[in-house]
Amino acid sequence: MAEITTLREAVAELVKDGDSVALEGFTHLIPFAAGHELLRQGRRELELIRMTPDLLYDQMIGMGSARKLVFSYGGNPGVGSLHRFRDAIEHGWPAPVEIEEHSHAGMANRYAAGAAKLPFAVMRGYVGTDLMARTTVAPVTCPFTGEQLVAVPALNPDVGIVHAQEADREGNVQLWGIPGVQKETVLAAERSLVTVERIVDELVPRPGAIVLPSWVVDLVVEAPGGSRPSYSLGIVDRDNGFYKFWDGLSRDRDAFTSWMNENVLATPEASVR
Amino acid sequence: MTVTSDPTATAGEVQTVVAARRLEHVQSVFIGVGRPSTAAILARIVHNPELVLIYESGTIGAKPFRIPLSIGDGELAQTADFIVPVPEMFNYWIGAGRIEVAFLGAAQVDRHANLNTTVIGDYEHPKTRLPGAGGAPEIAASCGEVIVIAPHTRRTFVEQLDFLTTVGHGDGPGARQRLGFRGAGPSAVITDLGVLEPDPDTRELVLTQIHEGVELDAIHEATAWDLEVASDLTITDAPTAQELSALRELMSR
Repeated sequence: MAEITTLREAVAELVKDGDSVALEGFTHLIPFAAGHELLRQGRRELELIRMTPDLLYDQMIGMGSARKLVFSYGGNPGVGSLHRFRDAIEHGWPAPVEIEEHSHAGMANRYAAGAAKLPFAVMRGYVGTDLMARTTVAPVTCPFTGEQLVAVPALNPDVGIVHAQEADREGNVQLWGIPGVQKETVLAAERSLVTVERIVDELVPRPGAIVLPSWVVDLVVEAPGGSRPSYSLGIVDRDNGFYKFWDGLSRDRDAFTSWMNENVLATPEASVR
Repeated sequence: MTVTSDPTATAGEVQTVVAARRLEHVQSVFIGVGRPSTAAILARIVHNPELVLIYESGTIGAKPFRIPLSIGDGELAQTADFIVPVPEMFNYWIGAGRIEVAFLGAAQVDRHANLNTTVIGDYEHPKTRLPGAGGAPEIAASCGEVIVIAPHTRRTFVEQLDFLTTVGHGDGPGARQRLGFRGAGPSAVITDLGVLEPDPDTRELVLTQIHEGVELDAIHEATAWDLEVASDLTITDAPTAQELSALRELMSR
């Protein structure tokens, strides 16, 4: 059964230096509050995993908490570059980051295999590209038809962290809107944390919602606004203005660092943008 | 906001209008943000109200009133016919070949419409690190056809890609078949200067359409390889008053 706790205790208990951590969210339900708590607790040498490392990972990379990044699209969606991500790869600032990149289809299948506790997933993809030689894929032959396909290795992060709209007092979680790979992340990870907008007495079933039962989640934390500046459909709107603001601010190392010190490191738990 | 009534379209407006026209008889289109998204929403307004817009965030049949900033804006989820998880999007919908047309952008395009969105310069020590593959490789392999939308500059239309992220027509005839791709690949590259289409035999891009007021020299100047020009090169029909006012009204929302 999931335990309901505070963000500070959850991060202290679940995440250790050097862990592989997936803080997922496909434009929606991005666990910013949890990521910021990782920074406040000074976690280092992390292997950060995420399909779309947008602003949160830009912040974590810029603060030097990542040893390695596993991803498929590193951009500020609709705005442009992730300047801290670029600075780390192009100039090794503040520290060099090892990268392992995939396509979205590859990453999605890696999570699905991880959730199924299979060693790999089979798909069509990568062939003919330069990515094939730069990442962890291997050719595989279909034993039934002989067709040439590719295999991608399962992703099983040490810790999976996602945000959702609500949980009940037993720690059952419900999320709706764009589901991304939230379910796969929790099911693939060795340990999991779900932050939620609110804890309710009873989960009211919603069409198209995903439910993660309490018995597959380790820790649940109430963190209202915990996905901002991304959003939690129906509760918190996406702050598009912040994504544009970030494009300017994050270009400059000093401006970035002082903003992070002031707005993330010096703030109490869950009082995040 | 006021909508400008200048009857002369900008190069960017022409590019968007030309891309939208391609969707007149299409059932479903896969789109990213930016100009492709604007073009597809415009197509729903002007040409094809039944057009199914599909964003890789999993929103299928989205009907945005405003142009979304990201591929996962709340309005896309709220207006979608249905929403699917990302593994399902790539396996059941894209990979299975259920989407008719895909719009893709790129930082570099070569003569066979192969695309680079990974790095400029060397992979290990890039001059510019770009976002990476995203969904593009499998989208381009499996969607019915691909339309590339890119700004026409010498930096974009290169002789040799710095990194081959997404296969268009590979090294030419038969490449896609050898790789086992089921989609037809790029059918057009729409730029702010004209339209390039692959030659049916060589699969090399040929200039088939030039936008009104653009000089042929400007296109050669903006293309790093010796671009072939179709013998029946046509001049793009200028955006109609209806297309232009719908586009401007959409942009002002």
